[in-house]
Amino acid sequence: MTALLVALGAAVGAPLRYVLSRRDGVFPVGMLVVNVLGSGLFGVFAALSLGEAWWALLGTGFCGGFTSFSSFAVQSVTRPARTAAAYVAATTVLSIGACALGWVLGTGLG
Amino acid sequence: MSPRPLRAADLLLVAAGGAAGAAARHGIDVAAGDTLFPWATLAVNVVGAFALGLLPAIAVLGRSHRWSLLLGPGLLGGFTTVSAWAGQVRDLAATGQAPLAGLHLAATLGAGLLAAAIGQQLAHRPEPEEATR
Repeated sequence: MTALLVALGAAVGAPLRYVLSRRDGVFPVGMLVVNVLGSGLFGVFAALSLGEAWWALLGTGFCGGFTSFSSFAVQSVTRPARTAAAYVAATTVLSIGACALGWVLGTGLG
Repeated sequence: MSPRPLRAADLLLVAAGGAAGAAARHGIDVAAGDTLFPWATLAVNVVGAFALGLLPAIAVLGRSHRWSLLLGPGLLGGFTTVSAWAGQVRDLAATGQAPLAGLHLAATLGAGLLAAAIGQQLAHRPEPEEATR
């Protein structure tokens, strides 16, 4: 049951990521936005202490399937060095920052 | 990246692959159980990054855009995750485990990028007929 909810959340998150990132050029702005936004939402949902079913659907499923480490990693190693360094730094700092900010917002909401 | 117009069938392929990948990630998480250091997510992201780097070599089997979509942004995109990684780093840092937070951050980046680079190198190793051109 939980695995089905995870799959359902990712079935929405993954195509949404594809739509937002498919036109990415040398600097993958779309994928950066996806990973930062998804991490921010993950922080909000984590702070809300959702029940197991909602967490599976929204946290593990939607946010997990929306964001993608594999795309980020392959994009990073196929870009020119300076672009790659900026992309890696931006993704890391902004994703963790957004998650922390989301947690604060979620704690306020919850 | 893709010059193709957006098609409903493409979105369905990415959705199906993403659902399967995320369910697999969840299964690994459950099997790993509660650990202080999130090994499962680290392993999933490193393996997924390697596999996506290698994918062009495998996709040659079908030379199919659809298979690439199902396995790339679909399966491996849904399998790997930035949000759980960011969430775990935040959790560890917020609960007084700063060294583990730093380790998780650095290990995921270091091993994940290295794995993607190795997969990518293997995939683009010139084939015999290409090497003679």
